[in-house]
Amino acid sequence: MTHEIYIYILIMSVVTLAIRILPLTLIRGEIKNVTLKSFLYYVPYVTLAVMTFPAILDATQSQISGALALIAGMAAAFFGASLFKVSLTCCAVVFVAELFL
Amino acid sequence: MLIENKRALAEGFRDGVPIGLGYFVVSFTLGITAKHAGLNPFQGFITSFFNNASAGEYAGFIVIAADAPYWEIALITLVANARYMLMSTVLSQKFSPDTPFYHRFFVGFDVTDEIFGISVAREGKLNPFYNYGAMLTALPGWSIGTAFGIVAGNILPPSAVSALSVALYGMFLAVIIPPAKKDKIIGATVAASFALSFAANKMVPFLSSGTRTIFLTLIIAGIAAVLYPVKENENDA
Repeated sequence: MTHEIYIYILIMSVVTLAIRILPLTLIRGEIKNVTLKSFLYYVPYVTLAVMTFPAILDATQSQISGALALIAGMAAAFFGASLFKVSLTCCAVVFVAELFL
Repeated sequence: MLIENKRALAEGFRDGVPIGLGYFVVSFTLGITAKHAGLNPFQGFITSFFNNASAGEYAGFIVIAADAPYWEIALITLVANARYMLMSTVLSQKFSPDTPFYHRFFVGFDVTDEIFGISVAREGKLNPFYNYGAMLTALPGWSIGTAFGIVAGNILPPSAVSALSVALYGMFLAVIIPPAKKDKIIGATVAASFALSFAANKMVPFLSSGTRTIFLTLIIAGIAAVLYPVKENENDA
């Protein structure tokens, strides 16, 4: 090991924190451009959807339990369950399904 | 402390509980990677405290394990975590413009996928104390979990890890599905995101998930913005 682990950690942390903190601190006013505003309005939905599927299928021991968790979670959220309940529903479905798979 | 700040803190803490628990479990596995890279529990703790990012840290640990040049870890961290730049930009618009620097700084400190998810789901302007409440569970969950993973290896049974690992996805669904039900354009955007993400996963499997997320977000949100620009009063969602 010729490199110092603490220097690696320092570099990682500085890069990550800069990425997270700079936009929030530098963009202080309201963005007026309609297209840019609309883009930022759609970003959360797209980003979270893209991160959820198909990744949820590979998070579990079996793709079937992951798929069941996806369906159950979508249904629970559709019928207005809270964040915590949707999350718990997904976990419970995986746990129960994997008893049988 | 103002009553509304106190309430936001409590609500953030409440919504943060599943995040903290999920993080604890996921970061255990990250700790195992960190151990292979030669990190001790304290080093794992501080890495996770200051980075709080699964893919980014994982990539970093691989670089450390390879004893690669320092610039490599800077580059790989930048690529793996670049999506947070978009999230931070979105949150900048969710703050009231007179939010002081230190609140922007500390909220920025912990913009993770999950904390971003729950903060954009808040109605109206964002109270920084909501994020602080969530950080109270997220930061210890993630950094202590990493340190434990380095110390103990994988002591949790696989069935528990498997079940808890979908907690974070459940949270994302709770954020995107209700607005998708209410608004047809958001619904179509979510459906297109699912479909294209699946296709990209099959067709360009060599792209890391972080890079894929950025490309798809730029393309899909970009197209939606051009085709369906948002009217003035809809932007606090």
